[in-house]
Amino acid sequence: MVPAEQGGGVMRADLLADPVAGLDEALAAVDAVDRVLVAGLLRPQPAQAEDLAALADAVAGSPLASVVAEATEKAAAGAAGEDHFVALAAARTALLGSAHDALMARVGEATGRPVAETIAAEPAEAQAVNLLVAARSWLCDLARAGWRGIDHDVVSGAAQVVSAMLPDPALRRLATVLDGFAAELAASCPGASLDRVPARRWADLWSRALLLTLPGAAAVPATETLTGRLLPLGVDLHEHATAAQAQVHAVFEPADGGAPRLVRAAVSAPKPDTVVGAGIWQLLRPHLSLLTAVSEGRSMDLVDMPATPEGDLVWSDEHARPGEPADALATARVVLPTATAAPTAPLDRHPARIAVPVFLEGYEVQRDDDTLTFTVAGHPLPVDTDRVPVAGPLTPDAVATSRACLGLLRWDAGSFHVQPLAVETTVRKKAVTVHAGAWAGGTTDKAGVKAEKAAADAVAVLRERAGRLLRK
Amino acid sequence: MVPPARPRKLAKVPFVELADGRLQGVVSSGSDIERVYVSSVAAGTYAFACSTNNNRPCGGARGGFCNHILALVREAVLQYGAERVARYLRVEIVDAEPSEQTIASTMMSARPPQADSAAAASVFSRFLRHLAYLELAPTTLPVPEMQWFPPSRAVA
Ligand SMILES: [Zn+2]
Repeated sequence: MVPAEQGGGVMRADLLADPVAGLDEALAAVDAVDRVLVAGLLRPQPAQAEDLAALADAVAGSPLASVVAEATEKAAAGAAGEDHFVALAAARTALLGSAHDALMARVGEATGRPVAETIAAEPAEAQAVNLLVAARSWLCDLARAGWRGIDHDVVSGAAQVVSAMLPDPALRRLATVLDGFAAELAASCPGASLDRVPARRWADLWSRALLLTLPGAAAVPATETLTGRLLPLGVDLHEHATAAQAQVHAVFEPADGGAPRLVRAAVSAPKPDTVVGAGIWQLLRPHLSLLTAVSEGRSMDLVDMPATPEGDLVWSDEHARPGEPADALATARVVLPTATAAPTAPLDRHPARIAVPVFLEGYEVQRDDDTLTFTVAGHPLPVDTDRVPVAGPLTPDAVATSRACLGLLRWDAGSFHVQPLAVETTVRKKAVTVHAGAWAGGTTDKAGVKAEKAAADAVAVLRERAGRLLRK
Repeated sequence: MVPPARPRKLAKVPFVELADGRLQGVVSSGSDIERVYVSSVAAGTYAFACSTNNNRPCGGARGGFCNHILALVREAVLQYGAERVARYLRVEIVDAEPSEQTIASTMMSARPPQADSAAAASVFSRFLRHLAYLELAPTTLPVPEMQWFPPSRAVA
């Protein structure tokens, strides 16, 4: 139906397993920074000086070279100031940016979808914000202590900054990452007795937060408006103890007849840690009518919806109304292969940000204990079912018995894998499509209704307690 | 990553956490809806404290754990799983699986000291901060950082 050169469902899974040139070298330099942060920079040892030198070498040919050379020298002498820590974070981010680009080029070859050009960095507004300074100072304290040196005193330094930042939408991104990061560190205190340090992950969160303390770094201005038809593919949920985000991946068909485009629309909210499962959908649902459209299997008609150059819609219900029924699997089969992807903003070039909608069928499923693998055209592609939200009908069992899968292609810990968004399977001899985000907009499923009620009760208790105790 | 909290009913114990080196939280009074008890148990020493939000000492917490503290242990086990609670409080259970009962009885048999009420104010303010999360407005601006926080089907 769709010619292969447009990617029409012909996923080159073999390319996903092939080595990517230069990737190991870039990641080795990233690992060097990560080891430095495990031990901390209060009293650097010779091994850390070596690792810092490796970082300086890795970016020696880049515009960052001289800044990073100075920063690594100071850090190795135990004399790094805040600007030096920012330079280390920037160098690490640049290395992961190059890894991202190489991986995305490979994804482009495998899917047959063209890779969009990158976006130039916007000049940042030079505004001094006290809270940004406070956050930076906490992050620098962490880097001095090192993950092995963290204790409750160091970690609790984030609480006040986060509380002050959360109400300000302009600071929400930084507040959200700091909050989740601090909670994770607090649960791991004291660092000295940790069995295993998640060095890559914590260094990712640390460097990302540190760069977001630069004024203007988090600004993502909407630069255009979109009018046309939005065909949802599926919902990707993100959550930490005190925040959640639902991100809808969709194909946008411009009303003027232009080529279809891959876009996303998100809603996020801070939450008490006891609001989980269906409670998260309840919290997010009223602010993104698209979630209801997803549950109902509908398209939406957009008029002048603001969008960023990264393909993120800045959703506002007044620019959208429910459209005709639209089947996500049909969209994946017919429209997805011709859709173009938006470029990635400079700060967002990171392998963890790779989430490319793909459609797979004609695979075989292998199941060993709790790991699932699709064999696509003879090549294994691991399946990440752990990312499928519990408050939904899609289960690892449904994925294991599926014959077609719409998912997000991701990269983690050295390999590509696929996160299912929806699968086609057989239930009681009937072909059905099961969506991970089916309950996002509400559900009549028996288990779903029960979960919704429990979650609503929990929030009612918290609101009652808040009403009685908070405003005194 | 920290596994997500497990859902539990909040009517009796609206707030429980493992933080500041303590199991701490807030227990609603059964008789007075304006009153809550602020309770805590320290990791390692199991030093315990319980008082009302108006700083009155809890009558049940003289010489040993009161019912509020036992409720706190029960809800913490529901929310975080017994293993994480035992690990955080440094409760070593011999010849048994960690559970609400074994965690509570191991701590009680160590004859823990009564702590002063110094922690109560900070626990209560952390509870209020927790409630305030409900009042913060959602946003439809993308938060790319949340990519680092996938959900997990793993159970605590
Ligand atoms: Zn008591």
